Amino acid sequence: MKYDIRTTELRKMIRSYLFYVVLLSALAIFPVHAPAAWNNPYPASEEGKNILYASFRERPKHLDPARSYSSNEYEFIAQIYEPPFQYHYLKRPYTLVPLTAVSIPTPVYLDQNGRKLSPKASATDIAYSIYEIRIRPGIYYQPHPAFAKDAEGRYLYHALSERDLSKIYTVADFPRTGTRELVAADYVYQIKRLAHPKLHSPILSLMADYIVGLKAYAETLDRAYKKLADGREDGVYLDLTRYPLAGAEVVDRYTYRVKIYGKYPQLLYWMAMPFFAPMAPEVDRFFSQPGMARKNLTLHWYPVGTGPYMLTMNDPNRRMVLERNPNYHEEHYPSEGEAEDRRRGLLADAGKRLPFIDKVIFSLEKESIPYWNKFLQGYYDRSGVLSESFDQAVRFSGSGDTEVTEAMKKKGITLLTSVAASTYYMGFNMLDPVVGGYSERARKLRQAISIAVDYEEQISIFRNGRGIAAQGPLPPGIFGHREGRAGINPYVYDWVNGKPKRKPISYARKLLAEAGYPDGRDARTGKPLLLYFETPATGPEEKAQLDWMAKQFKKLNIQLVVRATDYNRFQEKMRKGNAQIFVWGWNADYPDPENFLFLLHGPNKKVGNNGENAANYDNPEYNRLFERMKNMDNGPERLAIIDQMVDILRRDAPWVWGIHPKNFTLQHAWVYNAKPHVMANNTLKYLRLDPELRSQKRTAWNRPVVWPIGLLAVVLVASAFPAVLAYIRRERRVQRRGSDREDGR
Amino acid sequence: MIAYIVRRLLYAVPILIGVNLLTFALFFFVNSPDDMARIHLGMKRVTPEAIAKWKEDRGYDKPLLYNSRAAGADKFTDTIFFRHSVRLFVFDFGRSDQGRNIGRDIMSRMWPSLAIALPTFLVGILVNITFAMLLAFFRGSYLDTWGVVVAVIMMSISTLFYVIGGQYLVSKLLHLVPISGYDTGVEAIKFIILPVIIGVIGGIGSSTRLYRTFFLEEINKDYVRTARAKGLSELRVLFHHVLKNAMIPILTGVVVIIPLLFIGSLIMESFFGIPGLGSYTIDAINSQDFAIVRAMVFLGSVLYIIGLILTDISYTVVDPRVRLN
Repeated sequence: MKYDIRTTELRKMIRSYLFYVVLLSALAIFPVHAPAAWNNPYPASEEGKNILYASFRERPKHLDPARSYSSNEYEFIAQIYEPPFQYHYLKRPYTLVPLTAVSIPTPVYLDQNGRKLSPKASATDIAYSIYEIRIRPGIYYQPHPAFAKDAEGRYLYHALSERDLSKIYTVADFPRTGTRELVAADYVYQIKRLAHPKLHSPILSLMADYIVGLKAYAETLDRAYKKLADGREDGVYLDLTRYPLAGAEVVDRYTYRVKIYGKYPQLLYWMAMPFFAPMAPEVDRFFSQPGMARKNLTLHWYPVGTGPYMLTMNDPNRRMVLERNPNYHEEHYPSEGEAEDRRRGLLADAGKRLPFIDKVIFSLEKESIPYWNKFLQGYYDRSGVLSESFDQAVRFSGSGDTEVTEAMKKKGITLLTSVAASTYYMGFNMLDPVVGGYSERARKLRQAISIAVDYEEQISIFRNGRGIAAQGPLPPGIFGHREGRAGINPYVYDWVNGKPKRKPISYARKLLAEAGYPDGRDARTGKPLLLYFETPATGPEEKAQLDWMAKQFKKLNIQLVVRATDYNRFQEKMRKGNAQIFVWGWNADYPDPENFLFLLHGPNKKVGNNGENAANYDNPEYNRLFERMKNMDNGPERLAIIDQMVDILRRDAPWVWGIHPKNFTLQHAWVYNAKPHVMANNTLKYLRLDPELRSQKRTAWNRPVVWPIGLLAVVLVASAFPAVLAYIRRERRVQRRGSDREDGR
Repeated sequence: MIAYIVRRLLYAVPILIGVNLLTFALFFFVNSPDDMARIHLGMKRVTPEAIAKWKEDRGYDKPLLYNSRAAGADKFTDTIFFRHSVRLFVFDFGRSDQGRNIGRDIMSRMWPSLAIALPTFLVGILVNITFAMLLAFFRGSYLDTWGVVVAVIMMSISTLFYVIGGQYLVSKLLHLVPISGYDTGVEAIKFIILPVIIGVIGGIGSSTRLYRTFFLEEINKDYVRTARAKGLSELRVLFHHVLKNAMIPILTGVVVIIPLLFIGSLIMESFFGIPGLGSYTIDAINSQDFAIVRAMVFLGSVLYIIGLILTDISYTVVDPRVRLN
């Protein structure tokens, strides 16, 4: 029997084939227009809502205010916890204003015998300072199950059994919530928590030097905890209200008192940080119940405060959500600021009640490319400027100012810049026999290197201009920083044509020769000068920077040996004083010169004292001036001392005064009221959005383009056509051969 | 078969102890407990007292492997290794160095990993076998030659290229799916599509080439010739005879992977912002969280052993000649 493939199978196949080709061609020609953007990473139900979309790169480690000390943690808890003070949002220089407190307290000074001293008393006469803080009544905590009570006033969830917890996975799983008024005792409780043996507060050792009795209190709590826990790890609640602390006392329901040794005006700045935010003891007790930690239900992950927002979703592996606290007290947008603020529209919302935004969604975004693209698609409202997309986003105008590119302008994106209260420097180990020490020879060597290492070039090449070359340890905006001619480092710069100009390399070579290294060789031995640069930067991306650094030293004919090692070994070398030259940095805790100048205070050396003075600089004159300056109030006398200190530092050159980085932030046209603030973290409450504009832009920018899919399908099907034909021909050949054999041909 | 499985499970115990010991040695070769404490306590204002307290709280104040000050069995049990490793054998992963329950974290992060890995795995097998069969069918033709060339090119390209290229083309230019992110429930689908497509495309080159070889090996055997002689069409020969027999070597490579799907993909999860176990492990390594690293390596080893046992069992299913003794 013959099988006629031409009339059956082949025709069927070709017909169906043509059908698909026509269908796919139609898809390709008539693209489907979707009503909403397909690439929207958020649910359609959120469209048009008053929600700010932000991201986080690294999951925060701790959200407990006694423990948190990183900017990525403060980004969340500063919106939730309210210390008694905050920074004024618009005023510069940075000014403290009350937050939950009625006013900024004036300290009362006491002598050794407890007698009151005049406010102008010398710091040496002051034995104690007392800060009495009165908070505003009528402030309530966010709704939380820790406060929930039954009809008899008993806490509903303070005696949970294993069975009660069996269906609880997050705090939101508790059906009832409650609240209560903020009282002074909550602030005192939190100060006591700084000494809790299980919290490891990073400022315990610092505060123990100031808050009366805190050091002994920490030891008391340690003993009490060990006794109470008796080897248990879970469900141990140490009731701090049973252990009084002399340095923190409740005066009345709304007033508490902090007593410190000596004079320490910077305490007020610390009290504007979450370390000094209130903690309700019942919340602490709630989370300390057995079984809670096993379910990851801890204060580290579920903050409870009185702030404008509350954390309603904490999945640090994916998303963290802040929602408006329905119990938030009355607070209004500031009505005064800098002269420029009104023109920039930053006072348009003056007097309006805060916060403006209902919800803030932070999504985990580890990689920079998806993050940047989502910002351009309108799915993030604000963004930093990444190195890889810098040229796409920012350009330098003819006058040297930075501005957004035309493409960004078309999208309505604007740029905000600010110099961070940070410094990144290259340090010399002052204990090192070659680059360290206080001899004239060593000074000249360091000064020569300071001239040779061209940080202006480094900023231009590696930071896209995002920074300013430092003239000393104090960044702009910090009391004591001087601008213009008076502010230049005369050992490294000259004042030429109204701006600082790095001294010529010939001058550096002259200094080097005077230091005993003419043309980069040791005059005594004739050997080339070999210096060692320690760095934890081992990746290929840092190679260019390290090569650049070696090139700077080469200008003086100094051979720089880069000793790259892992982070742990690098830290170990620093602690032991085995590093010769290194790069280090510091972010300010508060806007006071003491917070930078202490980095070079002798008793704060890293070697031996484990302090923050990484260069191990120890100049007796500088130390003496620091001791005088640190507790003074800002004024001409303090400024004069700071000038002297900075001059000593510039002459001794223990650091090559590297850079003060500049923060660049891009924001879409629908974000209002943004003003960079390098000290405050609780700034989300001031931002306002236009969600309607955002929706329009998102739709316009993200129309799905479908035709390439159809085209691809057509190409695939068309390219498969020869294969199908080949298959059919082959089958036909087989059939024919079979038929021929059957016919005996 | 049960005796065989029990025996294999018992063999697993010394392997797991060895893996644990190796992980422990490697980790503490580059990190001391002091280093770990410093990483966890942060950069600023860390005192030696705080470091000592941190270590004491987490049991890192003990000697690593041998406690010469202890008496009797405590010489071995009162050590970091014993205290942090023994509980793993009853799958009690303990707390991370940040204080979180590792078992609970693994449970919650396992699902996003599976959501990406499982469809990639299934669709990948289907696509790879299809392409491999197509090339085998057209063996010796221009289609076969160019198919192999394309496969070699595809397997030579880094996964990262597919990821970045896919994100650029599909999400940035065509606006078809979100560029990254993850959600639960039905909302997860739009986030899964692109990683799955990229995962499948990324695997086509190597797998197609391998499977094609398996098919070609079978296609020239006598039973295939017999099937053709019976007058069966080439498609029927391929699907009913060649595919079944080529599945044995394919299974060798495939079944062993199945348990490891739980572990997730490091690159995919990082680039697509998928909160799975792959990124969990990377984060732990970066933050020097030994508790998580140890737990994940242990889990990976257990799953690998399970995969090998499953592979052996699957042999008996697909090939009745194989007996597990």
